[in-house]
Amino acid sequence: MSIFPVEQIRADFPILGETIRNKPLVYLDNAASCQKPQAVIDSIVHTYSHEYANIHRGVHTLSVRATDKFEGAREKVRAFINATNTKEIIFVRGATEAINLVAQSYGKSQLQAGDEIVISAMEHHANIVPWQMLCQQIGAVLRVAPMNQQGELLFGAFEQLLNDKTKLVAITQMSNALGTINPVEKIIAAAHAKGIPVLLDGAQAIPHMAVDVQALDCDFYVFSGHKLYGPSGTGVLYGKQALLEAMPPYQGGGDMIRQVTFAKTEYAGLPHKFEAGTPAIAEIIGLGAAIDYVTAIGMDNIAAYEAELLDYATQQAEQIKGLNIIGQAAHKGGILSFTLDRIHPHDIGTMLDSLGIAIRAGHHCAMPVMDFYGVPATARASFAMYNTRQEIDVLMQGIKSLIEVFG
Amino acid sequence: MFEDLRDLYQEVIFDHNRNPRNFRVMDNANRQVEGFNPLCGDRLTLFLKIDDHVISDASFQGSGCAISTASVSLMTEIVKGKTEAEADTLFKQFHEMTTGKTEDINLEAIGKLAVLAGVREYPARVKCATLAWHTLDAALKNEAQSISTE
Ligand SMILES: Cc1ncc(COP(=O)(O)O)c(C=O)c1O
Repeated sequence: MSIFPVEQIRADFPILGETIRNKPLVYLDNAASCQKPQAVIDSIVHTYSHEYANIHRGVHTLSVRATDKFEGAREKVRAFINATNTKEIIFVRGATEAINLVAQSYGKSQLQAGDEIVISAMEHHANIVPWQMLCQQIGAVLRVAPMNQQGELLFGAFEQLLNDKTKLVAITQMSNALGTINPVEKIIAAAHAKGIPVLLDGAQAIPHMAVDVQALDCDFYVFSGHKLYGPSGTGVLYGKQALLEAMPPYQGGGDMIRQVTFAKTEYAGLPHKFEAGTPAIAEIIGLGAAIDYVTAIGMDNIAAYEAELLDYATQQAEQIKGLNIIGQAAHKGGILSFTLDRIHPHDIGTMLDSLGIAIRAGHHCAMPVMDFYGVPATARASFAMYNTRQEIDVLMQGIKSLIEVFG
Repeated sequence: MFEDLRDLYQEVIFDHNRNPRNFRVMDNANRQVEGFNPLCGDRLTLFLKIDDHVISDASFQGSGCAISTASVSLMTEIVKGKTEAEADTLFKQFHEMTTGKTEDINLEAIGKLAVLAGVREYPARVKCATLAWHTLDAALKNEAQSISTE
């Protein structure tokens, strides 16, 4: 690979020029949300300045323009994850809404009392709570595949959970709390061998690696636009067409109908059946711009660069006495979750903030993961393609200094 | 290096964080309340012994950040020997100091607790300082076994 153009990329992100408490911003909270390149900001300004109207509703020129751009974004998402066709791309508010949609539409219509849903021990609350709600509603049972101390899924134990009653596997491709990248190909193969469909939570994976839903053969794939350098309020549910066709609508309203009388409503076809109401039009067009942006850089180049960053950060962190890395899977994405002996993550967060360094301190919406490690919280530095080794040096220096101050 | 934080992390706070006072289970407590901050996962258990409306002993267990540990440690020191009514007044003064509703709080009355006034400038950390006091408030009211800041 030629040298990764990180300085050029940084220049595309205006917020990276901010100073925080009089220090240059070091933004290492990318797993929570990524910053936006000028291309995405410009896209939103352009839409509202020149191409905005409601979509699918008007014969007037602006509405047609906005509709074309909106549907153009759908095609960009399709190509980005290599779905077969755009009917399989449902726009939602985020990964959370996508999982809720599958739970309430697919889950409620296809599962029965006594059926089982398998998740893993490292899920985000977004891939736990919607299934618990479904289980409560229909009497289904949630099963949790365990992990080891490194934060790796115990594949054998996972396989053993799959049985005749298992009707769905919902698992994260990459853990937000630990960085673990799960062996999703193996997981999908094992589930399919027993006829069980698989939902992948791609919220963390999508900005860090190339994703091909046909090659993966996953049945559902969900992600959020805001973690892919796109606007908040955008998200994607990919589902295999046959599954989506068989599912009832999630919400009712405008845009999702073919014909309505007071006696009966005929629903629209895919993908509109699942897109009731006015969506986040300019934002979704902006998501298309974000996809163009990362595609031009190349997902494989991004993955390789971030892997180097994580290696470097891990090596540096291992040198610090009293620092414990939480999550040491052999296959990991750019997340460094850690604790410091005798120093609470919130104090770490506040102290680093005073140096201009933004990290996350807390339970990362993964309380069961915190319980597993017996900690109330961790500090987490998460990397994106615009981060640099120098920034990691600033972070490590900050950590060393605060350890000193705490004494 | 952390000049900006000197108001928040005063030496007293580091001291109480390193060596929390009254950090023990109290076997003969007649009030015991658990305080929980779901935002950061901080948990503490407050023990009080109240005789004739006077807090004759106060102690705690649990783990939290430096601000919350120092706050509960200082609190157990200061409420010992106070009447319930006096402790309640302190709770109100402390609450006003940390949430910054009054500009001219009586820092003298509040004594040592004034080292925690710095959290006012850090909205994300106010609850760390007030968790202990909300737990005390619940213990004084003697209604709940546990409280949560959310
Ligand atoms: C693994 C994972 N799943 C789901 C989500 C939920 O994403 P959102 O809040 O954008 O819906 C997140 C966000 O932090 C996540 O990291």
